Amino acid sequence: MTAMIDIRDLRVTFGRGADAVAAVDGVTLSVRGGESFGLVGESGSGKSTVLRAVSGLNDEWTGRIEVAGAEQGTKRPKGFFKQCQMVFQDPYGSLHPRHTVDRILAEPIAIHAMGDADARIDRVLRDVGLGPAFRFRYPHQLSGGQRQRVAIARALVLEPRVLLLDEPTSALDVSVQAEILNLLRRLRAEHGLTLVLVTHNLAVVANLCDRLAVMNRGRLVEEMTVEELRRETAREPYTRQLLRASQGYDRAVAESFRDYA
Amino acid sequence: MTDGAPLLEVANLRVGFPTRTGMTEAVRGVSFTLGREKLGIVGESGSGKSMTGRSILRLVPPPGRVAADRLAFNGEDLLAASERRMRDIRGRRIAMVMQDPKYSLNPVMTVGRQIAEAYRVHSRAGAAEARRRALEMLAAVRIRDPERVYDRYPHEVSGGMGQRIMIAMMLIPDPDLLIADEPTSALDVTVQMQVLAILDDLCSRRGMGMIFVSHDLNLVASFCDRILIMYAGRVVESCRASELHAARHPYTRGLLASLPRLDGTGGDLPVLSRDPAWAASGPMDGVDG
Repeated sequence: MTAMIDIRDLRVTFGRGADAVAAVDGVTLSVRGGESFGLVGESGSGKSTVLRAVSGLNDEWTGRIEVAGAEQGTKRPKGFFKQCQMVFQDPYGSLHPRHTVDRILAEPIAIHAMGDADARIDRVLRDVGLGPAFRFRYPHQLSGGQRQRVAIARALVLEPRVLLLDEPTSALDVSVQAEILNLLRRLRAEHGLTLVLVTHNLAVVANLCDRLAVMNRGRLVEEMTVEELRRETAREPYTRQLLRASQGYDRAVAESFRDYA
Repeated sequence: MTDGAPLLEVANLRVGFPTRTGMTEAVRGVSFTLGREKLGIVGESGSGKSMTGRSILRLVPPPGRVAADRLAFNGEDLLAASERRMRDIRGRRIAMVMQDPKYSLNPVMTVGRQIAEAYRVHSRAGAAEARRRALEMLAAVRIRDPERVYDRYPHEVSGGMGQRIMIAMMLIPDPDLLIADEPTSALDVTVQMQVLAILDDLCSRRGMGMIFVSHDLNLVASFCDRILIMYAGRVVESCRASELHAARHPYTRGLLASLPRLDGTGGDLPVLSRDPAWAASGPMDGVDG
């Protein structure tokens, strides 16, 4: 299968001169069409910055980004966003508080002049498991899980091929997290979506992804399959430390941690 | 427990907030006793776990109301204590660590001065003595260069360091009980483990009791001695932390099942279906440690 997302030597630097910080320091990776790919790391590892560069939210990057076979510049054409949509971490912050669900979902349809808004909104709401009863509610009338479903519906209503997910479940309770993960799995199968999931939670990656990359301090440490993750056969010491830290508290293990540059 | 009397006794604790449609009860009859141990309180958002922690220090914001048949710390009735007496207890005898150091530290004061201030409020030490103790405490929470960090402002330190600074500040008056409300949830996993190791050591070395409020079942199971599971303002189950995997209440079992696992198969996760009876019934008999 050909690459849906292809990134070569991506670099993102914040600040200038002595204060310059290389948030992403030469990352090369490739995500196949239809694949679910996890990008894992601790805060400051650059995982979200990679996602923001791919999505076009960050235009201060160098290197090469290809999405669906088309090389991307710093400014994206409108058509790009129809193919590639993003879902954010905080469903409390990413929906307009004074727009109804209907208006939130109608806006992308109007921007892309897709027409047939009524039927599309109805369909996408059913698709994310909310149903038409939620159509004329405001975000504050919804729970966190319902809001995240609306955010996913907003991305999905354009019928994209790629869904970029930045910590989509980390603001949610575990029982709601399970519902959203199941929803994403079903939508991926039904729509043939390519998913890129940024998270710090290795168990979420093990549940939803086929392959993953581990990042630390702007660099890609290791790429592995989810099978390798489940068997805990990581090659790099940093990945092994991350795996041990994800398995609950252990006094002796906590003592063994060190910084990896 | 080293002595006979429990450190903290809570019986039928209730926290309510008046609304237009009558009282909304956030905590509905919670009872437990705490010795010199690490007690975990787990639950989802809205389960009342944080309000339980706050009500012990009488920090429930108005117009919230706290009532209990008994709320006693070292045998002293906390509900009857004067506000002056509570100020004495808060910080010195019972300390509280909150989730986010960004909002809990004073942004316009160096972290060293804040820690020293916490010490001077509760003892009559001079400035030099307070500084010395603050530096000691920074070293105790494993900050590598205490002298340098002492003169930093909160925005100049990382999240993990900020949380260690918070812990240093809370522990410098040498409290008997620490209430930690999601103290490591904003931290990276490796830093989280290191901060927990510090708390663990301080508990065992000082014989401090600890209430650890968290939504993370696996973390609490591996860190605490005993666990209370809260749902809709009630304790639905209580068990020894090591026996959480054998929990009997359907809510606890449902929560455990809905967690994705590193060694899982990757299929659909079981989704919790809530039974209205869980909110209505009282605590289920558990294996009470």
